Amino acid sequence: MRPLLRHARYVMAENPVTGLAFGLFALFLLAAILGPALAPYNPLQSNVAMALKPPSAAHWFGTDQLGRDIFSRVLVATRLDLTIAFASVVLAFLLGALSGVAAGYFGGWTDRVVGRLADTIMAFPLFVLAMGIVAALGNEVINIVIATAIINFPLYARVARAEANVRRESGFVEAARLSGNGETRVLLGHVLPNIMPIMMVQMSLTMGYAILNAAGLSFIGLGVRPPDAEWGIMVAEGANFIQSGEWWIALFPGLALMLAVFCFNLLGDGLRDIIDPRMRT
Amino acid sequence: MTAVPTLAIEDLSVEFRTRSGTVKVLEHVGFSVERGETVALVGESGSGKSVTAFAVMGILDAAGRVTSGRAMFGGADLLALDERDLAEQRGRELSMIFQNPRTALNPIRRVGRQIADVLVRHGGATRGDAPRAAIEMLKKVRIPDPERRAEAYPFELSGGMCQRIMIAIALACRPALLIADEPTTGLDVTTQAVIMDLIGELAGESGMATIFITHDLALAAEYCDRIVVMHAGHIVEAAPGRELFARPRHPYAAKLLAATPGETASLESLASIPGGLPDLRRADLPPCRYSERCERRTDACAQPLPRRTVGDRHIVACWNPL
Amino acid sequence: MLNLLLSRLATAIPSIVGVVVVTFMLTRLLPGDPAAYFAGLAASPQAVAEIRTKLGLDKSLPEQFVAYVGDLLSGNLGNSLSTGQPVVTEIATRLPASAELTLAALLLAVFIAIPLGVLAAVKQGTWIDHVCRVVTTAGVSLPVFFTGLLFAYVFYYLLQWAPAPTGRLDVFLSPPQHITGFYLIDSALTGNSETFWGALRQLALPAISMAIFSLAPLARMTRGSMLAVLGSDFIRTARASGLAPRTVVFTYAFRNAVLPVITVLGMVFSFLLGANVLVETVFAWPGVGLYAVNALITSDYAPVQGFVLTMAVLYVALNLAIDLLYGLVDPRIRLDS
Ligand SMILES: Nc1ncnc2c1ncn2[C@@H]1O[C@H](COP(=O)(O)OP(=O)(O)O)[C@@H](O)[C@H]1O
Ligand code: SF4
Ligand SMILES: [Mg+2]
Repeated sequence: MRPLLRHARYVMAENPVTGLAFGLFALFLLAAILGPALAPYNPLQSNVAMALKPPSAAHWFGTDQLGRDIFSRVLVATRLDLTIAFASVVLAFLLGALSGVAAGYFGGWTDRVVGRLADTIMAFPLFVLAMGIVAALGNEVINIVIATAIINFPLYARVARAEANVRRESGFVEAARLSGNGETRVLLGHVLPNIMPIMMVQMSLTMGYAILNAAGLSFIGLGVRPPDAEWGIMVAEGANFIQSGEWWIALFPGLALMLAVFCFNLLGDGLRDIIDPRMRT
Repeated sequence: MTAVPTLAIEDLSVEFRTRSGTVKVLEHVGFSVERGETVALVGESGSGKSVTAFAVMGILDAAGRVTSGRAMFGGADLLALDERDLAEQRGRELSMIFQNPRTALNPIRRVGRQIADVLVRHGGATRGDAPRAAIEMLKKVRIPDPERRAEAYPFELSGGMCQRIMIAIALACRPALLIADEPTTGLDVTTQAVIMDLIGELAGESGMATIFITHDLALAAEYCDRIVVMHAGHIVEAAPGRELFARPRHPYAAKLLAATPGETASLESLASIPGGLPDLRRADLPPCRYSERCERRTDACAQPLPRRTVGDRHIVACWNPL
Repeated sequence: MLNLLLSRLATAIPSIVGVVVVTFMLTRLLPGDPAAYFAGLAASPQAVAEIRTKLGLDKSLPEQFVAYVGDLLSGNLGNSLSTGQPVVTEIATRLPASAELTLAALLLAVFIAIPLGVLAAVKQGTWIDHVCRVVTTAGVSLPVFFTGLLFAYVFYYLLQWAPAPTGRLDVFLSPPQHITGFYLIDSALTGNSETFWGALRQLALPAISMAIFSLAPLARMTRGSMLAVLGSDFIRTARASGLAPRTVVFTYAFRNAVLPVITVLGMVFSFLLGANVLVETVFAWPGVGLYAVNALITSDYAPVQGFVLTMAVLYVALNLAIDLLYGLVDPRIRLDS
C-alpha cells in the first residue's frame, strides 16, 4: 500500500491533470448527493412568465421553454446521470468479471461460451445495439442501464479472462488450491480479488463512455422521459431552440455532460498510471 | 605505431536519466582502433559495450547523454558533429551491425530494397541501378540465389541469412570502420564461425578497422588483434590478445580468463566471480567499480583509478595489478 | 491470397449468425404482446391477430426463427407502419446519405488523427504531445450530439458561415443525378459545381462533429504504435545506416506503425455508426439513423429492427474488409497464407 501511495503522489505530481480530475470527481459526487438540497428552484416547477430567459443573476443558467430554472435542473440531473452510468458499470462488471474470470480460469467450454457471447456483442456497433435493446425491452430508465451494461460486458469479460488466465498457474492460486479450497472458492476468494485493481481501472475508463451512451439514448428519446431532468434529454429539448438563438438551454446541460465524461476519462487514465504503469501508452 | 588511428575514443562518459535517478553508465572510456585492425570489446552483459558503440554512432536513446569525451574519426570529433553531418558519415564511413539480426531488419521491406536504400542515400548507386548493386552486395556476402533472396522479407530468411543481409547493408558503402555488436549471439555455432570468417575476410580486403563487441572471450581471442576489457562502464584492461591471455594484469580480467577453460568458454559461465555488477545509480560508487568483488583491494583503491602502461600497448586501470 | 479471403470469410460467419440470433431475440423480447407493438397503438384486435399470424407469433420459437431467417434471406424486413413501405427499400434509399456522411467523417478523422499521432510520437513529451493527449481525451469526452449543436449555433446562427442544419442539400438546389448516391461524387461526376459546393457545405458540420468524436482511438493508436516502432531494433539499424531522418520516420517507421492502426478502424467504425444516429438527428440528415429515430418516436418497430440488423451486417462486413486490407498490406500475413 505504501509504495502505491508514493507512486500515486508521483503520478499526481507528474501529471497535475489527474489531480484536477480527482477534484472534479469530488464536485460531481457532491452535486449528485446534495443536488436537490442545493438547487435554488424546484427543477420541475414551470413558470410560463419566465420562459426562455437568458442567464441572469436570478437564473444563472437561464430558463427553458417552460420557465424552469436550468441551473437547478442541471444540478439535480447529476444524480440521475451518474446513477445510470454507475449502475450500468457495476452491472457490466458483475456480469463481465464473473464470466470472464470463470472463462480464463476453467477454460474449455466455459471459455468458448463466454468468448462467443462477447464476440457476438462486439459484432454490433455498440450504440446501435443499445438502441435496439432499449427499443425492445421498453422505454424505461432501467433498460438504459441494462443496455449500457450489455454493450460494456465484452470489455470486462476480456480483461478479466486474460488476467485470470495469467494467474491460473501462479503461486498463490496453487497454494490456495493445495490448502484444500474448492475451485469456486479459489476463483472468488483468490483470483477475483487479485484482478480487482485492473477492474477498477476498467470501471473508471468505461464510466465516461457509459454516461455518454446513456445521455445519447435519452437524447433520441429512449429511456428517460420528460419532465425528468437529465442532461441528454435537456440537450435534446434545447436543440429545438438553437436555430432561434436560445443557446443556453442546450449549452449548460451539454457542458455538464462533457465535463463529467472528461473527468471520468482523465480519472481512468490517471488510475491506470497509478495502478499499472505498464499499461501506459 | 605512429599512424593516426581510424577511431580514437578518449575520456567518453555517458549518463542515462531514468525514473529512479541518473545512471553513470560510462566513465572515462578510451581506446583506439587502427586501420585493418580488429579490436574486441569484452565484458559481461550490462557492462556498457553497446552504449559505447551507440555513443560513437550517435544513436543513443533519448534518455542518454554524452557528458564528456571525444571520438576522433577521420579528423573530426564524432561526438561534436551535428546530427545531419553525422548521418552523412553513418553507413558510409562507419557502420554497425547488431545482435538479433531478424529484428534488426525492417520487417515489411524487401531486403534488397533495404540494401538499396543505403546505397542510394550515400551515393553508392542511383535509384535505377541500386537493385543490381544490392544483388552484387548479396553475392559478396555469399548469399545463394541472390536475385531471389533480394525479393524476400526478413521473416522468410534464417537468422544467419539475416545477419549476412545486415553485413551487406553495413559494408555496402565500404566504410573505414565497422562496429559489430555481438553479431553472432543467438546463431548456431557453425553459422557463428561462417559469419565471423566473412566479416574478417571482408575487413581484410578493404583494410577496414573493426570493433568486435562480444562476451565470448574465446571468440575474441580467435578473431581479434587486441582485446579491451570492460567492467561496469570502465575500461579495466587493454592488451594484445595473446599477451592478455598469457598475463592478465587486472584482477577482473584474470578472473574472466580463469573462468574460461580452454577455447570454448564464454562469460556466460561467470558464476565463479562473486557478486554482480554494482548498481550504477548509487551515489557512493567507489572509484574502482570492481572493488566490492575484488580480493586484492587495499586502502589505495579508494583513490581515483590510475591508468598504467604495463607493456607494449598494454594498459591496466588498477592500483594493485597482478 | 484466396486462402486469406476464405479464412477471413470463415471468421465472419459466426458473427453473422450471432447477429441474426440476437436481432431475432430482440424482436421477441418486446414486453407485452409483440404483435400489438408491430400493429401499432390504434390497431383493432383483428389487425393484431392478423399481424400475429403474419409474424408467425402463434408458432413455436424454432419455427419462428426459421421463418425469420427465411424472411431475411428473401430480403424481407417487414413494413413500416407509418409509411406502409417495405423497410428494406426505405433503408436502401437512405443508406447512401448515411454512408456519405460516415465516410466523410472517417476520412477527416484519419487525416487529422494520423499526422497528430505521428507528431506526438516523434516529438514525445513536447507541447505537441500534450496537445495530442488533450485533443484525444476531449474528443472522446464530447457528446457528439452536443458538439453538433454547438457547431450549428456558432457557424449557422452566429457566424452564418454554414447553411441551416436541415439535411443534405439546400431546398433551392436539386439533388444530382443518381449514380452512386453520394451527392459529392455524383455532382462532381456530372460537373454540377453548384450542387457540389452546396452538398459540401451541408456535409461539413455533421462530418466534423463525427470526426472529432472518432479521432481519439486513431490518434492514440498511431502515437502508441509509432512510439513502439521508433524504439525498435530496425529503426536503430536504419539510423545507424545513416538514412535521412525523413526516410527513417516515414518510409521505415510510419509504414510499420500504420499496420496496427488499421486494426482499430473496426472500433472507429463502431463509434461512427453510433454517432451517426445522433448527428443525423441533430442535422436532420436524411439517412438511416434519422429514419430509425423517427420510427422509435412513433413506436414503429420494424424499421428500428431493420436498422439494427442492417448496421450490424454492415459492421461485420466492414470488419471483414479491414481484416482483408490488413492481410494485404502486411507481407507477413499475405505471404504466410
Ligand atoms: N535506455 C537506457 N536507459 C537506462 N539505462 C540504460 C539504457 N540503455 C542502457 N542502459 C544501461 O547501461 C548499462 C550498459 O548497457 P549495455 O551497453 O547495453 O551493456 P552491454 O552491451 O555491455 O551488455 C546497463 O547497466 C544498462 O542498464
Ligand atoms: S583498484 Fe583495487 S579494488 Fe580495484 S581492481 Fe584493482 S586492486 Fe581491486
Ligand atoms: Mg549489448
